[in-house]
Amino acid sequence: MILLLEQLFNGLQLGVTLFLLASGLTLVFGIMGLINLSHGSLYMVGAYITATVTQYSGSFFIGLCAAIVTAAILGVIIEYLIMRHLYHRDHLYQVLATFGLILFFNESVQMIWGSQPLYINIPPSLDFTVKLFGQAGYPAYRLAIIALGIFILLILYLFIFYSKIGMLTRAGSSNREMVQALGVNINKLYTGIFAFGAVLSALAGGLAGPIYAVEIGMGESVLILAFVVIVIGGIGSIKGSFISALVIGIVDTLGRAYLPQFFKTFMSASDGAAVGGSLASIAIYLLMAVILVFKPKGLFTRL
Amino acid sequence: MISLNRSNCVIIVTFIALLALPPVLASIGESYYISIVTKILIYALVGVSLDLIIGQAGLVSFGHAAFFGMGAYVCGVLSHHGSNGLLVFYLFPGTSNALLTWPIAVIVCMLLGLLVGIISLRTAGVYFIMITLALAQMVYFLIISIPQYGGEDGLGLYGRNELAGVDLNDDTQFYYVCLLCLVFYLAGSIKLTRSSLGLIIKAAKFNQQRLVALGISPFKYQLLIFVFSAAGAGLAGALMANLTQYVSPDYLHWNLSGKFLIIVILGGIGSLFGGFYGALILLGLEEVLSSYTDHWHFVVGVILIIMVLTSRQGFYASITGKKT
Repeated sequence: MILLLEQLFNGLQLGVTLFLLASGLTLVFGIMGLINLSHGSLYMVGAYITATVTQYSGSFFIGLCAAIVTAAILGVIIEYLIMRHLYHRDHLYQVLATFGLILFFNESVQMIWGSQPLYINIPPSLDFTVKLFGQAGYPAYRLAIIALGIFILLILYLFIFYSKIGMLTRAGSSNREMVQALGVNINKLYTGIFAFGAVLSALAGGLAGPIYAVEIGMGESVLILAFVVIVIGGIGSIKGSFISALVIGIVDTLGRAYLPQFFKTFMSASDGAAVGGSLASIAIYLLMAVILVFKPKGLFTRL
Repeated sequence: MISLNRSNCVIIVTFIALLALPPVLASIGESYYISIVTKILIYALVGVSLDLIIGQAGLVSFGHAAFFGMGAYVCGVLSHHGSNGLLVFYLFPGTSNALLTWPIAVIVCMLLGLLVGIISLRTAGVYFIMITLALAQMVYFLIISIPQYGGEDGLGLYGRNELAGVDLNDDTQFYYVCLLCLVFYLAGSIKLTRSSLGLIIKAAKFNQQRLVALGISPFKYQLLIFVFSAAGAGLAGALMANLTQYVSPDYLHWNLSGKFLIIVILGGIGSLFGGFYGALILLGLEEVLSSYTDHWHFVVGVILIIMVLTSRQGFYASITGKKT
């Protein structure tokens, strides 16, 4: 029972990480109509910057801040140089250009940091365990990530529904031309939103650093999970991406923990592990397929 | 009667060059290049199959590596069991007869294509891109989770398949077999696009609502062309498994799906023949760049971005002067 609870929290933590990525992706798609594969590259860059700066400064917090600042600057540059020219192009070209960016970032990171994975220590202030319901301990760092994710959801919610920029963002997502016609500098708005998405992505990468290895290509596998998240949640919907990120995080984590055990109860140990393991690795894709059969546009269609 | 306009001339010259290539390479003592050109032909086959659904149907599949890799794995697993004598999934014996392994690979890919198509064709546009990507990723994880077939290490084969009357282990003969496969698939694709089915698919690309209003639901036609496309990619996979005598999870990787898209764009969307020129350019570029630097992906990435930002038509269109 306590193990189940622990896995549930692990699932939540994965879900929150996915939400940080997916919210940026879904905002950029919902508002600019841009599919951005290189979103995962910023996740990777965020993790590398955090690792390096943490090592030199000795503070994980400074590392994260450095990653956020770098991502904001990179976001503005990428938007200005490349993305801006892609908004009106076919999705195919957006896919290709951002695929080119992935190749660019992966090789750049390899040239700068080499191909050995980096490791970040959990910050000492969070390096303890918390007793869940008076029983086994759970790492405080993971709890902190979950809390931060929920905090960011709140900020995003307040920002989108109660600020002027948020209002323009919502207006832009339903009718770009009209917002522009009303005299809003839509280019600046787009740059801002893109950089904001980049920051969230880099933050997710920096936070994931102490849990997973910091390596080249780390952003790509998680990016595809984020795609699954926004497809299920409904592209462009923040609420949808939050709910589906948590569902995906929990289904994936629990599947990996329990499906092999489940199949072992009526199969031989090795067969059960193999079948359960295979099924666990595709569980979220099956979930996506089933949801799409009933809801081809995802669960939520509004922002 | 084929008219001798510019595009036909380009195609005929290319075809003659491809036919004459092995003896020419042999005479100058550079037979090593035959396997590179064979690889180009195989990638061209995928390029044609992908262009069929992108160019004709307007559906951007970002998961074609799934069919390519599945074709390679089916062929590889059958041959693997053909040589070790064990049963495939404890059910039936393996074989290394190309007349069995290749068609089975194609059929399995068509079934996979049917499944992926039924799910993903319910959507369009960016959803279609992401869903094909996600489903391909599912196939990737499914296959690397089977330890008997090498998991993440891939599966080595004991030589190429056997084909009556042909020695596939001979690089030149294998090259001609691949060329033949490409020509047949191209001919089939062209016939398909010129049929009434091809017209329906094109109509659906431009105005689906009008087509539906005319009483034609495009779904089953799109599904059919998707399955045909999967078959082409699967055949290419089976050929690839034979070429390298090794089946790697890389064949299923989404990076490869991205490369296939690059091939289609480089060649020019909707031209079908462009698939070959796209493969020629991309693999040629890789071959040249990788001899200069380890970081050639960097250069490919930059070229790709510049290409997207500056040009709007592919290579095929620029040498034939034909708008695609």
